[in-house]
Amino acid sequence: MENSSKRPIYLLPYYLWIALFVITPIALVAYFSFFDLSGNLTLENYRNFFTSVYLRMTLSSFWYAFLITLFSILIAYPTAYLLTKTKHKQLWLLLIIIPSWINLLLKTYAFIGIFGLYGPANQFLEFLGIGQQQILFTDFSFVFVSVYIFIPFMILPIFNSLDKLNPALIDASRDLGASSWTTFRRIIFPLAIGGVKSGVQAVFIPALSLFMITRLIAGNKVITLGTAIEQQFLVTQNWGMGSTIAVFLILFMFIIMMLTGQRDKGGTTNVKTK
Amino acid sequence: MKDIIRISIVLLAVSGLLLYAVSLLERSSATTGSGTISVFNWGEYIDPELIEQFEEETNIQVVYETFASNEAMMTKIEQGGTSYDVAMPSEYAIEKMKESDMLLPIDHSKIPNLENIDPYFLDLPFDPGNEYSIPYFWGTVGIAFNPTLLEDGQTFESWDDLWDPALSQEVVLVDSAREVIGMGLNSLGYSLNSTDMDKLREATEKLKTLGPNVKAIIGDEIVEMMRREEAAVALTWSGQAADMMWINEDIDFSVPQEGSNLWFDNMIIPATATNVEGAHAFINFMLDAEVAAQNADYVGYSTPNEAATELMDPEVIEDERFYPPEELRGRLEVYENLGLEMLGVYNEFFLEFKMDMEN
Repeated sequence: MENSSKRPIYLLPYYLWIALFVITPIALVAYFSFFDLSGNLTLENYRNFFTSVYLRMTLSSFWYAFLITLFSILIAYPTAYLLTKTKHKQLWLLLIIIPSWINLLLKTYAFIGIFGLYGPANQFLEFLGIGQQQILFTDFSFVFVSVYIFIPFMILPIFNSLDKLNPALIDASRDLGASSWTTFRRIIFPLAIGGVKSGVQAVFIPALSLFMITRLIAGNKVITLGTAIEQQFLVTQNWGMGSTIAVFLILFMFIIMMLTGQRDKGGTTNVKTK
Repeated sequence: MKDIIRISIVLLAVSGLLLYAVSLLERSSATTGSGTISVFNWGEYIDPELIEQFEEETNIQVVYETFASNEAMMTKIEQGGTSYDVAMPSEYAIEKMKESDMLLPIDHSKIPNLENIDPYFLDLPFDPGNEYSIPYFWGTVGIAFNPTLLEDGQTFESWDDLWDPALSQEVVLVDSAREVIGMGLNSLGYSLNSTDMDKLREATEKLKTLGPNVKAIIGDEIVEMMRREEAAVALTWSGQAADMMWINEDIDFSVPQEGSNLWFDNMIIPATATNVEGAHAFINFMLDAEVAAQNADYVGYSTPNEAATELMDPEVIEDERFYPPEELRGRLEVYENLGLEMLGVYNEFFLEFKMDMEN
């Protein structure tokens, strides 16, 4: 299509972008993590990270990120599967994508009202005769709101990989006498696993570093690494410690990327291809 | 390819038009007076009408921005992305900014309205002679509560009342390390400027047992929560309590006997200011008796402006919950600047408290 010798010029913006906005920030974060408050070179921050407070915070971040991802998959997979069967796929898909255009904070604030003692959620519970419950500031509300916010990022890649599945394969499986369950287990699931993996990356990693929702919806009863980073930078002004936590967050991300990485060339993995 | 070119042209044309529109708008707002000043203040901490009045009187345009914590404010001023001309930090932050040469001295000859200020609020230890700062508001930390949602006779004369088992899941705390850890220290009879690790540890351990009563640890949302009766008890600043009471008259406010925090927010001029003249004019304007009275009325915090208090509703001024008389102020403590090291320690303890709240 294009003369191959010209290609490096087209790649220049990409390389510039990567250098300025990916490599430089990560390098800066790594650099700052070796300094203490008074600007001395030290490994103290790393030692500090391995104290019980931060280790337990890491564990709890992982636990909640895991819950959020799990519930996202449980809801997104059947939804995506149903979507591929509907007549106006693109319209339904659009309806799912539109809410993700609205600012995350606005949606979060809306939930403060919805989950409040006098909000619609509690009115419904009272209507059912269960009575008023404390919904806001609980683990439940935190996971619920997070799943609500992340779900489009799980549905899209799963939908893409399911939609690209060759229907002939499913017909073949049926013809050869496989039950629907076996077809799903042996054909659909393995072929669409790429979408699930991309979805996990798009949900699990941001979920690890959530911070506004932990205060607004969970009332700081859920503490994640994101909360700690925010505090270190804005309150304590301890950029070194904040950077150290960020370094670990980046490490965790790489590990997750590796675990969910694609070995085959399925071509169904890109979240952005719609 | 054609499409891409067409889209690019349209985008460029639209952005060009928008840029032109913005420049038109800016030209019309920037009048020929003495330019603009940028004011950096806490959220909901000024009557917006007063900004307009100032603009009309002086022809100086005000660019107004808000911050949520002293620390965030200092970080932003230090980075120097925007040069602010006036800011309203609290006393310990002023001390810190003074140490790091972030302030310009204030020329008292340009602030004739300084005579309106109650001498009690001048020449305080954090800024002797008010060389760098001029009083704006002051207040305390205490407990706001809604008696209609509580058992009869529940009072908050002591911090320990917060630990009452009857308050299960009813208490909201401000998300701020010094206020919460300070409350723990005060409840044990220690100073809220304590730097003794054992005392801090003891206070944190005691705070952890408050867990079952804690509904949430949140920011400014506290005001809305109390107004809508989502929560019955809140550890908060006096002015926030006044905000709550403004809407929901059932709410009451109490400063416990063991002592609490007395704080001052003063106006300062950062070293990075570009319009020092305008900044002085603004500070002087805010100290005008009528302006200060209107502002105090709107904001709800306590004003140090003696001339203004004479113009205000006597009921407000005599309310000892918000204007504690001097002998009562004796049991209140002003935050000292404990240094970044110690602030870090307070925050680690606060984090630990959040992680380990018993449920």
